[in-house]
Amino acid sequence: MERELIERVQQAVAEKRPLCIRGGATKAFYGRHCVGELLELSGHRGIVAYEPSELVITVRAGTPLAEVDTVLAEHGQMFPFEPPRFGAEATVGGMVAAGLSGPRRPWGGAVRDAVLGVRLLNGRGEVLRLGGQVMKNVAGYDLARLMAGALGTLGVLLEVSLKVLPRPVEERTLAFELDAAEAARRVIDWGRQPLPLSATLYAEGRLQVRLSGGGQCLATARAALGGEEVGNAIWPSLREQDLPFFQTGAPLWRIALPPAAPDLHLPGETLVEWGGALRWLRGEAVAERVHQRAALLGGHATLFKGGDANAEVFQPMPPAMRALQRRVKQALDPLGIFNPGRIYAEL
Amino acid sequence: MSAAFIAELRRALPEHVLLVEAEDLRPYECDGLAAYKQLPLAVCLPESLEQTRALLRLCRQHHVPVVARGAGTGLSGGALPLAEGVVLSLARFNRILEIDPDNRLARVQPGVRNLAISEAAAPLNLYYAPDPSSQIACSIGGNVAENSGGVHCLKYGLTVHNVLALKVLTMDGELLDIGLAAPDSPGYDLLALMTGSEGLLGIVVEVTVKLLPRPERAQLVLAAFASVEAAGAAVARIIGAGILPAGLEMMDNLSIRAAEDFVHAGYPVDAAAILLCELDGANAEVSEQIMAVRRVLLDAGATEVRSAEDEAQRLKFWAGRKGAFPAVGRISPDYYCMDGTIPRQHLARVLARIGELSTQYDLRVANVFHAGDGNLHPLILFDANREGEQARAEALGADILRLCVEVGGTITGEHGVGVEKLDAACSQFNAAELAQFHAVKAAFDPDGLLNPGKAVPTLHRCAEMGRMHVSGGALPFPELPRF
Repeated sequence: MERELIERVQQAVAEKRPLCIRGGATKAFYGRHCVGELLELSGHRGIVAYEPSELVITVRAGTPLAEVDTVLAEHGQMFPFEPPRFGAEATVGGMVAAGLSGPRRPWGGAVRDAVLGVRLLNGRGEVLRLGGQVMKNVAGYDLARLMAGALGTLGVLLEVSLKVLPRPVEERTLAFELDAAEAARRVIDWGRQPLPLSATLYAEGRLQVRLSGGGQCLATARAALGGEEVGNAIWPSLREQDLPFFQTGAPLWRIALPPAAPDLHLPGETLVEWGGALRWLRGEAVAERVHQRAALLGGHATLFKGGDANAEVFQPMPPAMRALQRRVKQALDPLGIFNPGRIYAEL
Repeated sequence: MSAAFIAELRRALPEHVLLVEAEDLRPYECDGLAAYKQLPLAVCLPESLEQTRALLRLCRQHHVPVVARGAGTGLSGGALPLAEGVVLSLARFNRILEIDPDNRLARVQPGVRNLAISEAAAPLNLYYAPDPSSQIACSIGGNVAENSGGVHCLKYGLTVHNVLALKVLTMDGELLDIGLAAPDSPGYDLLALMTGSEGLLGIVVEVTVKLLPRPERAQLVLAAFASVEAAGAAVARIIGAGILPAGLEMMDNLSIRAAEDFVHAGYPVDAAAILLCELDGANAEVSEQIMAVRRVLLDAGATEVRSAEDEAQRLKFWAGRKGAFPAVGRISPDYYCMDGTIPRQHLARVLARIGELSTQYDLRVANVFHAGDGNLHPLILFDANREGEQARAEALGADILRLCVEVGGTITGEHGVGVEKLDAACSQFNAAELAQFHAVKAAFDPDGLLNPGKAVPTLHRCAEMGRMHVSGGALPFPELPRF
């Protein structure tokens, strides 16, 4: 399979034909449309190496995420960034390329934080081993982490090595009926304390927080925080966006902000995660207004779903940064073969 | 040419930010890797962005290379001056600009010392997690350049996991904001790329770091073992038990004795190896984990397990570990510090092989080891005044690094390639990988004026050294002429 992928890419390079890389196509809605010949990775699957006591797993990019999650769970481990799947076919390669993390992200880190190494097929048709299978590695530029969130525009991921962590011994969810301002205040206040928080969610007057850790410690934190204990079922639904909030057809904005940033004051419904750092906005807000407001508050906004995937969906960048990003793209994919225009029209 | 350049520097910059006399340049001739020394053309210590821009502009016009320098504590020669270049010291960019407890971040200038950030955040009960052993002296800008680790990075990550944003001056004087106080910046993750780029991509002029709430309690357990193999196996069992220690360090007998002589930490000097295992978190959680760890350690054959009785003893135990390098410096006229990382499962094999190499080269090797994350620091003891010993030490070091690569590891876990490991990098990367790195460098610095010649070896160097990464039986660099 790998030989075949390399040949396909080398041929595309020779003929300067663009390729659209596809794993499970579960995140095809995210980013801009790609025009080009399909390069299917879903056949390139299998766990290459997994030694639980090393806290590292190496898998082929087309391996289903669900399969890997199951294997990790069998050994009491997990991906610390709690990745969304958005469908049963989601692959590990797609997970890294999309760079999307789930509810645990502010405490467990992002996808990029867990990337240790990749085998990459670059835009010259060469297979590069970048990074490695060890936690600490500063030899060479960190091009492996650069692949997280690059949406496949820098090369074809063949294999990825990721850091994994032990699963928490126990998790509990607490719910509080609060107005938005009070909920935000409490979450920020709790964030400044050494509490075993691992997720927050605020929507429609209800704050829910998840605690993760050892038995006694959870009991202590639970007593300190108060609230009503509810089940943990909400978190997978939030991660997969199965909640009713996400189910309307209205455009969905993903707005990342410093956690203590004030209210968005934009038209539409909001749902807040990540201790305040991630605000979902559902409604017909004007794109320019959303980007302006996000930038003013020190963050950025993405038209995540339900918008025009032929227009720009990510926050515009200043010209000097755009030019640099373009040069980085050219350094890896000089002919612009991979997923052209998937992030920005020129990337 | 250099006289004209210096004359222009003098016109463009105030006198007190410029050093050009040999005696003034002397303190800058090396960094923490004192085996390599070189006087630069000049040293500039700008006080402002404008002065830094002016310096870069002149360097660009005269095609003079620029070596950025923080506190000069680096261990791979990353800040080694170039004879025809300028050293840009960021020492005067030393202000903490903002501590924002609600967003749990600190915005600081690059010359601020690592420990100073945690000290400034302490009244708010927050701290900056990465703690390289040199943290009382090393600068945060240098930490970004090297992607520095520390003894707590198994749980809290490296610099790359704890930096939120940078302000970076490119060689052409453009000021870029890379990263945000918000998560997941749009576009490519240039923050990850800048971190650990050893001053080859841009000049960091401001750093925003993540702060964490100080854990309620930290407790340290010391365990003694009759063999390094047993200590290594104990590490795997702790992780296998689902425990994630804040720090997990190993020292072998030679390091134990050197450290004990130096700081009187109370280490068991007859142990073949000790493990230092720190647990932190909420009070009750730490108590539970300490009990679990003690059980695992005793099951794994520890001959002695001790918990630090109070904070003073905990700090004393750490002082021995953090002082291991200077301690070894006291028992040997010179030492050469290696920094390979290996998958932990190969620890026993690698340590046994290092022992054989030590005998073969007739040089003592002391091992300190960030056991939790596989980062090994063999310290090769030698005397530079004895004919041939330095060369032997370097050859032994090169063998150790090749061994690390062979078992699936890397030549440097946290100290960087700098100038020191350029040859070793040839054994880790093939021609296509090196060419890719050079292409990325050119995307940031097309004229190659930022710290040129460091971090990534040229293809020619690797071909000439004959230390080639042979993969699949194919000789790399077939396109290059041989010498």
